[in-house]
Amino acid sequence: MSLDQVILNTLSEQKEIDSLIFASENGLDHQKLVGAIKSLLSLPKEYIKAEQKQISVWELTDEGKSFVANGSYEFVLYSAVTKDGILQKELMKMPNAKIGFSKAMTLGWLVIDKKHEDGPTVFRKVDDATDVVKTMLEDINTQKKVDEKKIQDLKKRKLITPVVTKFYLVTKGTSFNTQIERPEADLTADMLQDGSWKEKSFKEYNFKAKGAPITSGYLHPLLKVRTEYRRIFLDMGFSEMPTNKFVENGFWNFDALFQPQQHPARDAHDTFFISNPEMTDASKLPADYLEKVKSTHENGGYGSTGYNYDWKISEAQKNILRTHTTAVSARMLYKLAQQEEFRPVKMFSIDRVFRNETLDATHLAEFHQIEGLVADRNLTLGHLIGILYAFFKKLGIEKLKFKPAYNPYTEPSMEIFSYHPGLKKWVEIGNSGMFRPEMLLPMGIPKDVNVIAWGLSLERPTMIKYGINNIRELIGHKVNLNMVQENPICRLNKV
Amino acid sequence: SSGINAEWPLRPGLTEDSYNSFILLQDKLHQNIGRERSLVSIGTHDLDTIQGPFKYHALPPPEIKFQPLNQDTVMTAPQMFDIFRKNYLKPYLQIIESSPVYPLITDVNGTVLSLPPVINGNHSKISLSTRNIFIEVTAKDRKKAGIVLDTICGAFSEYCTTPHTIEAVEIVQADGSTFSSPKMGSRIEEYDSAELCLKSGIKTATPEQLADLLTKMCLRASVAGEKLKVEIGPTRHDILHQCDVEEDIAIAYGYNNIPQVLPDLYTIAVEQDVNKLSDSVREELARCGFTEVLTFSLCSRDDVSVNLRIPEAVGGAVQISNPKTFEFQVVRTTLLPGMLKTASCNRNMPLPLKLFEVSDIVVKDTLTETGTKNYRYVCALFAGKTSGFEVVHGLLDRVMLMLDVKDYHIQQTSDPMFFPGRGADIILGTKKIGHLGILHPEVLEKFDVTLPCSVLEFNLDPFV
Repeated sequence: MSLDQVILNTLSEQKEIDSLIFASENGLDHQKLVGAIKSLLSLPKEYIKAEQKQISVWELTDEGKSFVANGSYEFVLYSAVTKDGILQKELMKMPNAKIGFSKAMTLGWLVIDKKHEDGPTVFRKVDDATDVVKTMLEDINTQKKVDEKKIQDLKKRKLITPVVTKFYLVTKGTSFNTQIERPEADLTADMLQDGSWKEKSFKEYNFKAKGAPITSGYLHPLLKVRTEYRRIFLDMGFSEMPTNKFVENGFWNFDALFQPQQHPARDAHDTFFISNPEMTDASKLPADYLEKVKSTHENGGYGSTGYNYDWKISEAQKNILRTHTTAVSARMLYKLAQQEEFRPVKMFSIDRVFRNETLDATHLAEFHQIEGLVADRNLTLGHLIGILYAFFKKLGIEKLKFKPAYNPYTEPSMEIFSYHPGLKKWVEIGNSGMFRPEMLLPMGIPKDVNVIAWGLSLERPTMIKYGINNIRELIGHKVNLNMVQENPICRLNKV
Repeated sequence: SSGINAEWPLRPGLTEDSYNSFILLQDKLHQNIGRERSLVSIGTHDLDTIQGPFKYHALPPPEIKFQPLNQDTVMTAPQMFDIFRKNYLKPYLQIIESSPVYPLITDVNGTVLSLPPVINGNHSKISLSTRNIFIEVTAKDRKKAGIVLDTICGAFSEYCTTPHTIEAVEIVQADGSTFSSPKMGSRIEEYDSAELCLKSGIKTATPEQLADLLTKMCLRASVAGEKLKVEIGPTRHDILHQCDVEEDIAIAYGYNNIPQVLPDLYTIAVEQDVNKLSDSVREELARCGFTEVLTFSLCSRDDVSVNLRIPEAVGGAVQISNPKTFEFQVVRTTLLPGMLKTASCNRNMPLPLKLFEVSDIVVKDTLTETGTKNYRYVCALFAGKTSGFEVVHGLLDRVMLMLDVKDYHIQQTSDPMFFPGRGADIILGTKKIGHLGILHPEVLEKFDVTLPCSVLEFNLDPFV
């Protein structure tokens, strides 16, 4: 039975419990009893009342305890003196001899013969002595009463010391009951069932702690951003281009875009070339169109001077990992041009591209490009600026600035800047332009049709938004999955 | 008039700034249009230290002896090439190294000006006290050589005592015919004034205003009736088409001054089915308690073959030529390597680890234009104290239910990638579209994963 229960049971039969007396009478550890009293006091209902009191109790010092164990110094010394006596100087060699001898002499137990022939010798004066001090200490230890005067002597000899003991007078409380009702942690189905919730008391809830962690599945932060960009395009009526084709050939990635074969970007240090399968079969490229592309590069035409170099089909056949999704845009525009009647379009793509550049904290060999384009009659830069404002407004960006730029396949070209309030400067957020006539006219796109386009990377705005400095913390296998799991809902229009 | 204020405080001769700029322009031209000197190479010399006529010829390397720029002694071509093999000039040696003779430009006294495209001679090097500069351009493409020379002359002749003076050089070709260099030619093009604003969207400019804007851009223009006559000078080799002129008008007008207008085009968007379905499947997998990863498309040959205990699989992979590291050897044919590397790098995550990815793989395919084909794959991995095979199996069942597919089953396979007796193919109708199972411990070891793993991988395209 627990001590709590013992106290309650006892109180049901007697008016009051003195904790010291109760502990002593029942062989209980007083400290444990006090613990039980406090535990009962902590309950929400008043089962008991406890009045704290204190008394002073004499306790033996260590020296006092040694007297109880071994006898007092004077008694030990007395016991060492035999019938024949003992040389004083021998006697004084014993431990605690000085005090013991002095006390023994005062009590009249010993006598010195200073004139003895061997030297000063000590003899017993009485035949028997009683170790009164030891007896008194034993009594104190067992809480028997001892003469007050004698207590002062013992205190003087530092054999006892007063100790304050706190104790309790325990009585019934206003809600006294021998049955302890523990407070409940939670409301349960059973309690609802039997209505017992009405009688129960409930523990305090810790509103300062966090709730239980919820197990869940998680989407990747970059792809959450991709979903948002996809939504923006779809909301604006842009149709998605099929970009599931990582390997391109030089023809669609470069030549069709009027990027000359001697352009540095076509070098092995910028582009990943494929060794197997190395080349596209020339017969799989549209023959008429290919001739037009060749002739435009070499000699111009369509109002252009061209590049005046020797265009090689082998360069066009080389397979590469696409360096931009603009290769797909070229394919789509070519397809559009083959239709009977030209139909204006708005198209977009978001997919992986590959660059064989130097790698650093913000550059990887593969990343995602976002591209949007509009093909319609009589489009102008004004329309490009207009649609860029509409697009970036959905990203929470309201003010744009444009700077001249250069792309081999667009003219005019514009770099797009917005003001970043956190970084407190204008940052480049994309590239844009109008596709060159040398690209569109050989395809068969009507002369009055202009194609405006813009592009940006998916990774850069994501890194800026989430404060990620190293791109490897965002994509790849070294990403910390905790980051993935704690990444919030993607709200692109909230800065 | 040159269009430049005659009182402009230009000091004749090169200053430190203009000297550095002169060098920088040559570097840029070498890199870009010169395609790292392989197409065009430039040499500039202090004319007062050499004497014309100059000869452009070729000699066997051991017969070429001179003190190269920034070296202390005279040496032969082979000797200096040994030195250059160890410094920044190394990439340019291969342009001529295999030839039995190296190109050389010498003056009338035999002084070597340069050994194109590698190095100039120290004798004729340019300093801040140079007053007369000789420029020679050698190339494999005549047109590009002309563009480079025109560009340099156009940019730096303003520092001449009489600004924009260039002394022409007569070149005698091998067949005896001569021509004058540089060309510094201009052409006059005529454009319809009304057409010139079509691309920019500037509606408010008169032909006179257009002419002003173009002249501001160094394309001297004048109004001729309904046309604009535009002089395209030697510094504007970038003008290939009318659109290049239109861009200059827009730049001079100011892009930020062009009024914005939304394209007046009503379209209804259409998504790619494979992408729409992929996004839906991704959401389902996340709902099942799996964490999405996004891993690299490029990996090592071993990652798709030997490390998965299927060495012959490398034959179907698209290979990259000259990869910088082994991480770029092939395009992945399975999503497993990225998945396993992620598991290996995230050892502190609470178990079990449940990952997924929906992404493209690429394989060789002789029927397509490029000889390759992308497939959209779904992959999931479970790693824990136990293998979780029944979990990935359950995941497969769940995904099939969400795809509203009943016509599938799994059947045991002895694919060496899986632990014996714990691998199965996924059959849709009668076709294998994927597999699942507990990975073989040797596979786990290769990817440095210390927990048992079950995986599921299948092709999503049949469901699109």
